[in-house]
Amino acid sequence: MDKNINITLKVWRQKGPKAKGAFETYKLKNVSQSSSFLEMLDVLNEQLVSEGKEPVAFDHDCREGICGMCSLYINGHPHGPDTSVTTCQLHMRKFDDGAVITVEPWRSAGFPVIRDLMVDRYAFDKIIQAGGFVSVNTGGVPDANAIPIPKKNADLAMDAAACIGCGACVAACKNGSAMLFVSAKVSQLALLPQGQVEAARRAKAMVAKMDELGFGNCTNTRACEAQCPKEVSISNIARLNREYIVAKLKD
Amino acid sequence: MWLIKSSIGRKLVMSITGLFLIMFLLFHASMNVAAVFSEEAYNMICEFLGANWYAVAATGVLAAGFIIHIIYACWLTLQNRKARGGDRYAVNVRPKSVEWASQNMFVIGLVVIGFLALHFLQFWYHMMFAELAEKVGINVSLPDGIASTHDGYAFIEYYFAQPLVVALYLIWYAAIWFHLTHGFWSAMQTIGINSGLWMKRWITASNIFATLIMLCFAFVTIFFYLKSIM
Ligand code: HEM
Ligand code: SF4
Ligand code: FES
Repeated sequence: MDKNINITLKVWRQKGPKAKGAFETYKLKNVSQSSSFLEMLDVLNEQLVSEGKEPVAFDHDCREGICGMCSLYINGHPHGPDTSVTTCQLHMRKFDDGAVITVEPWRSAGFPVIRDLMVDRYAFDKIIQAGGFVSVNTGGVPDANAIPIPKKNADLAMDAAACIGCGACVAACKNGSAMLFVSAKVSQLALLPQGQVEAARRAKAMVAKMDELGFGNCTNTRACEAQCPKEVSISNIARLNREYIVAKLKD
Repeated sequence: MWLIKSSIGRKLVMSITGLFLIMFLLFHASMNVAAVFSEEAYNMICEFLGANWYAVAATGVLAAGFIIHIIYACWLTLQNRKARGGDRYAVNVRPKSVEWASQNMFVIGLVVIGFLALHFLQFWYHMMFAELAEKVGINVSLPDGIASTHDGYAFIEYYFAQPLVVALYLIWYAAIWFHLTHGFWSAMQTIGINSGLWMKRWITASNIFATLIMLCFAFVTIFFYLKSIM
């Protein structure tokens, strides 16, 4: 049964990108274990506002695990200690009475802090703009069933397409590498006939952008897939490596 | 040049040089095991690997492999630290599926280099180097009781009779074992010869392979230590 718990929060506070940040400690009483983690932060913010203090800035949008806006590094895990869920889907029943919960922003040079727990993930948009799409001519919509796709590939592409672009993979990686994200975005298209036409160009362009933005070199630690809320597999990284190396060898 | 400029290219260099070094380890391990069975066979190999042009050339290629691997290791590690950023997490948890070795390849590599230096001083310096030096009239003095730079067997007996040396070598093997358990499958992943099912196979192969190869080295070391005290 869910009950009400008392918790101590250690939250990273930082005024701006250049400002020096530090942890602030807050005590929260009678938090319902049925509430989500973000609802708990809403309660904290109301408490802070009523005390005349600045509320904690954090990202969120859909609050149902599909938009990829929420972030937070909770007790050493991106998206918290639960597996395969986003922070917005994390519930307070994962924490016990008296728990001390440390909340940090994603920490990676590619994702500079904007304020408190909010980071700038615009880098991911730039990588997508570099090639994460299929160019189409306008005209009649082709019949979906007219293009045969093996079930296996359809499933693999779907698994890769589950990526919501949250950036937890970068946050989890000791090398600040964005390979899981990039490989998911390359794979979801490379596996389908519609995406294959531009596959080589896409892989090269997206990797080049990723490198240019200063993300690290993947050393296959697998921390990304362990923390990814959508369970995107590093087999996608192997596929990206393969696509990329073959494309470069052909040049 | 994409092998320098792109992250995947740099990783590819890491994996190819790594696999090359693994091939060398495989050769070295089999050569050592030969010593257990036959002194003549081992010394024949040692003579073959002395100051002959082909052995010196092969040593050069091997050294180049090492140097490229190490330079790229430093380079990648520095870039990755920078990509990680200045602020570090206050709380760090390593997920179960993440091997310790995978996050500490550089540190393990440094340990490997440290012992490599010792190994070079003990063996290579007294063998191939001494023989080369002799040709230009420089005399390298050999350890007590060893008459020839080709008598590899005597070197093994001499060094592995010392418990401290044996202990150091075993630590060295452990470090290489860690490096290989991650390195082998990681290289396959980097090259892109991997997928869902193969992931498990490569990781298992990595563990078995690293264990077998390091057991060979350890077996020879311990064998000669036991031989010395019997
Ligand atoms: C016994 C000799 C060695 C062998 C057989 C070996 C083998 C390997 C292999 C197969 C990999 C995997 C490559 C990949 O992930 O694609 C690797 C990675 C690595 N090695 Fe070595 N290595 C050796 C010595 C060293 C030394 C002396 C260093 C020096 C610091 C070093 C540092 C590294 C680092 C940092 C990585 C990870 C880099 C990355 O994955 O991007 N290694 N090694
Ligand atoms: S791969 Fe997973 S962790 Fe990385 S951005 Fe996509 S959903 Fe988030
Ligand atoms: S807020 Fe949309 S995924 Fe969490």
